[in-house]
Amino acid sequence: MFWALAFLVLLWPMLVLTEFKPWVLFEGNSLKPTLKFLGDFFPPKIEPSFLQLVLRETWRTVAIATAGIALALIVAIPLTLISVRVLSISGLTGRMSPGAAVLRQLVRWLLIVLRSVPELIWALVFVRVVGLGPTAGVIAIALTYGGMLGKVYGEILESGDAHATTSLLRNGSGRMQSFFYGLLPQNSAELTSYTVYRWECAIRSSAVLGFVGAGGLGQQMDTSMKMFAGAEVCTMLIVFMMLVGLADYVSAWLRRNLG
Amino acid sequence: MGDRDPWQMDSAALRSLRSSLFLAAQVPPLPPRQRVVTSVLAGRLPTQSLWQSIRSLFYPVGMELAADALARFDLADKLFDRVDRLSGGERQRVGLARGLVTAAQLLLVDEPLSALDPTRSEQAILALTSAARERGATLIATLHQVNTALRHFPRIVGLRDGALFFDLPSQDVTSALLNELYAQKLHELSGPALDATNFANAPAAPAPSAVMHCR
Repeated sequence: MFWALAFLVLLWPMLVLTEFKPWVLFEGNSLKPTLKFLGDFFPPKIEPSFLQLVLRETWRTVAIATAGIALALIVAIPLTLISVRVLSISGLTGRMSPGAAVLRQLVRWLLIVLRSVPELIWALVFVRVVGLGPTAGVIAIALTYGGMLGKVYGEILESGDAHATTSLLRNGSGRMQSFFYGLLPQNSAELTSYTVYRWECAIRSSAVLGFVGAGGLGQQMDTSMKMFAGAEVCTMLIVFMMLVGLADYVSAWLRRNLG
Repeated sequence: MGDRDPWQMDSAALRSLRSSLFLAAQVPPLPPRQRVVTSVLAGRLPTQSLWQSIRSLFYPVGMELAADALARFDLADKLFDRVDRLSGGERQRVGLARGLVTAAQLLLVDEPLSALDPTRSEQAILALTSAARERGATLIATLHQVNTALRHFPRIVGLRDGALFFDLPSQDVTSALLNELYAQKLHELSGPALDATNFANAPAAPAPSAVMHCR
C-alpha cells in the first residue's frame, strides 16, 4: 500500500512534467493525417530508379559504419594498451609507480569524455564543421565508439585470467610481448565477439545519424518523411529491417568462425 | 642475485634480472587458444626484439628448440596442437618445456609433478635435471615425492613450519630424519602428501642443491 502510494506520488509529477497525454493520439485532427500517412505505406514504392537510390544509400550506411569502426579501433587500441593495468611492469612488485598510475587515469578520463557524448551530438557538431554528408557520420562513430571500445576492451582484458600475462612479465618479457603472447590469446574470443557486435550497432546508429544530415539511408528517410511520402518511407523501413537482420546474421557467423 | 639488491634496481636492470630467472608455476600459465609451439617459444621472449616476437607468432622462430624441448617430455607430436586440446598432465609438461627454451640461469619449479603419473614424473624430472646440467643452470624444485627428490637431486632442503629443518646432501638424508620432518604427518610419507612440499633443488655445475620441506 505504502509503495503503491509512493509510486503514484513520484509517478504523477513525472507524467505531468513529460506532458504524457496518450489521448492526443486519437483526437480527430491528429488521427486523420496519421492514418493518411500510414495508408500511404501500402504499397511500398518499388520503382527501379528509387530502389537503386535506396540500395546506394544502404551501401553508404554500411560503409559509414565500417569506416567509423575502423577509425574507432585506431583510437581505441592504443588507449587500451596504455590503460590496461594487467600490463603494468611496475605493478608486479606491489604498487604501480605514480607516473604510470596518473597516465592510466588520464587515459581513462579521455575515454570517458569520448563516449559520454552520444554519436548523434558528435554528428551534429561535425555536420557544422565538415558539412552535410557521410564524413560527419564517420567521425561521429569513430569518436564515440572509440571511447566505448577502449573502455570495454580494457574491462575484458582486466577481467580475464591474468596469470599467463603476469608470468610472462615476471620472466622478463616486455609489455607488448606479454600482450601478444599472453593477454591477447587469452581474451581474443571475447574481443572479437564484442567488436563484431559493435559493428552491428554502428550500422543501426549510422542510419539514425542520417537524420541529422550525416548521409546514408537515414538522410534519405528524413527527406521522404518531411515530404510525407509514406510509400518511400515504407520501402526504406523494410530495407532497413533487412539490413539489421543481415548484420545480425553476418555478426553471428563471424563470431562463430572467429571466436 | 650476486650482491645486488633487487629492490634498489632501476627498471631496465630489474628486467634483465627477471630474464635470468624462470619461475614455472604449478598451474601452467598457458592461454587456452594458443598453439603449443607458441606457448613454448614464449619462454624465448626476453631474448627477442618485439618485432621478432610478433613475426614469430606467424612463422615460429626457433621451432627446432621448441620441438627438442617437447621431445624431452615425450610431447613432440603435440607441437601444433592447441593448448585447450591437451590434458592437464600434458599442459603441465608444456609449461616445463617452456622453461627449457629460456636463457634463464635459475629455474624455479613449483611442484612440477603434481599432475603426472609415476612414469611421466620420472621422465619429467630427468628432462629438467639433465637440461639444467647441460647449460650449467641451477634448478630448484618443490616436490611432494620424497623418493624422487632423493634419487635425482644432490641437495635436499627440508622445511618445517616455514623454517629450515635440514640442508644436506641427499645421501645424508636418513629415514629417521625424514620421519622426524613429517613427525605429525606420518601418512604423508606413504600416501600422497597434502600440504607438505618437498623442495628439491638440483644439479648445475655451480651449486647443486635440493630441497624438501614440511609445514
